[in-house]
Amino acid sequence: MKLDLLTSLYVFMLAAFIGFEVIRRVSPLLHTPLMSLTNALDAIAVVGAIILAGEYHAHGALLAKILGTIAIVAATSNIVGGFLITDRMLRMFKASGPKKP
Amino acid sequence: MINVPATEYVIEVTYLIATALFILSLKWLSSPATARRGVFAGEIGMLLAVVGTLLHHGIVEYKWIFIALVLGSIIGVPLGEVAMTAVPQRTALSHAFGALCVTLVGTAEFYLRAPDVPPFMMGVLSMEVILGSLTFTGSLMAAGKLQEILPQRPITYKGQNFVNLGLLGVAIVIAGALVAHPGRIQLFPVIVGIPLVFGVMMIIPIGGADMPTVISLLNSYAGLSAAAMGFVLQSKLLIIAGALDGASGFILSVNMSKAMNRSFSNVLFGAFGQEQHAAAATQQARSVRSATPEEAAAILAAANKVVIVPGYGMAVAQAQHKVRELYDALTKRGVDVKFGIHPVAGRMPGHMNVLLAEADIPYDKLCDMEEINGDFPQTDVALVIGANDVTNPAARTDHSSPIFGMPILDVDKARTVMVIKRSMAAGFAGIENPLYYLDKTLMLFGDAKNFVGSIVRELGGHHE
Repeated sequence: MKLDLLTSLYVFMLAAFIGFEVIRRVSPLLHTPLMSLTNALDAIAVVGAIILAGEYHAHGALLAKILGTIAIVAATSNIVGGFLITDRMLRMFKASGPKKP
Repeated sequence: MINVPATEYVIEVTYLIATALFILSLKWLSSPATARRGVFAGEIGMLLAVVGTLLHHGIVEYKWIFIALVLGSIIGVPLGEVAMTAVPQRTALSHAFGALCVTLVGTAEFYLRAPDVPPFMMGVLSMEVILGSLTFTGSLMAAGKLQEILPQRPITYKGQNFVNLGLLGVAIVIAGALVAHPGRIQLFPVIVGIPLVFGVMMIIPIGGADMPTVISLLNSYAGLSAAAMGFVLQSKLLIIAGALDGASGFILSVNMSKAMNRSFSNVLFGAFGQEQHAAAATQQARSVRSATPEEAAAILAAANKVVIVPGYGMAVAQAQHKVRELYDALTKRGVDVKFGIHPVAGRMPGHMNVLLAEADIPYDKLCDMEEINGDFPQTDVALVIGANDVTNPAARTDHSSPIFGMPILDVDKARTVMVIKRSMAAGFAGIENPLYYLDKTLMLFGDAKNFVGSIVRELGGHHE
């Protein structure tokens, strides 16, 4: 399902507006987890790398395979590492408990 | 849409759900109460998108894909387990990995498609690889500086900005030539190579205190390059994820540069620290009052309201757990303790919050600059630990100060100010801090961790 370029621009513009509105509301308290989470989400580029590495190419197949494979490794490490550390950080944020003297 | 296999619709639906989950993920991050749900939503979205992609009918070989997915996961786990003090360099490194992925895919796409690349496509492809490769080396440099593998002092030379902008200009001109004549395949390595060099040159003049802005900018570039990749591959999912990441990085960069009262271009091309060395440190030796841990403990114990202002020095000294003990000791005595956190304290946005949360300090005690500044006039003691320029009252009053206009934490409005500092050496950029010479200020000389530890011992007696 291909997009024309104008549709792509509309999608980009709307996503950027949503991004601004949603992220503006994130408390400065959580700016570090915000950065690691967006980083993990950004690693969705892995879908492009998977298709590049797996598809049949009439020419340049070796190049596509090598670059695609390295790209998958890089993106996957961001996905795994990014979600892990974001969750680790967020688990540490606790409100004052009722048990505090 | 004729002859589209049914699995293609399934894949599109997984992408659609993944997109919605990504947006929800960021929405839920707005509050600590729902934030973990946000991570979960992101994980499910990612899993759906990856599984959906693997169903893609065009994929003929899975072996290397699976090897790469496993290898990436193996590398990812330790990157998710780093110490909280190492989070800034880890973040910079992950920007580099993201940018590497985008650059490699862009490069392969060019060679697969050339010479039949329509002009608009060539334009976004150029943007993808230029942003991707400069973010790759720039982030590696930033990570190296943060990890202290590379020298942290800014390195500047005459004509640096001219060289850097010239390099970028050449890359853009060559990209333009490729847009006009995509058949000139031999030009392509240049628009990857020059930005790789530019990324290094861009970070060379950046000092440690500018890192929060620079990391945010690199975050934004990484997002934009991924969005450009989405245009090339015509993937809505990728365009949206890239736009969200780009917007996030952009907002953080704007916040950081506002908090330093500087423009982006000033951070990137200003080399802030350099010119002030001559002006500073010529001050005559003025007298300061210093105090021992016993005296500091007595003053803190007598206070009703204490605000602790942490800075990067606290992270360097690894003092956050001692600070938690101090927080506990004072809270036990009925003292109201809060933390005032400047947006650029530390080496990345939110750095101090993460360190203090790790030390088990409740997040409702961590206040940002706007929240806490109104409290200082009613505060008995403001305790500054390893922060300097963000407390400098010259930023409010002294028009000649290089940091004039920068929003600061008004610690000088508290009744007593205590500053834990190794020595009287000036901070970043060698700017004199008049706070230290006020009558109400007590200097506590020593290592932050040891000094706070001594105060805690004085406060706690020996019954614990």
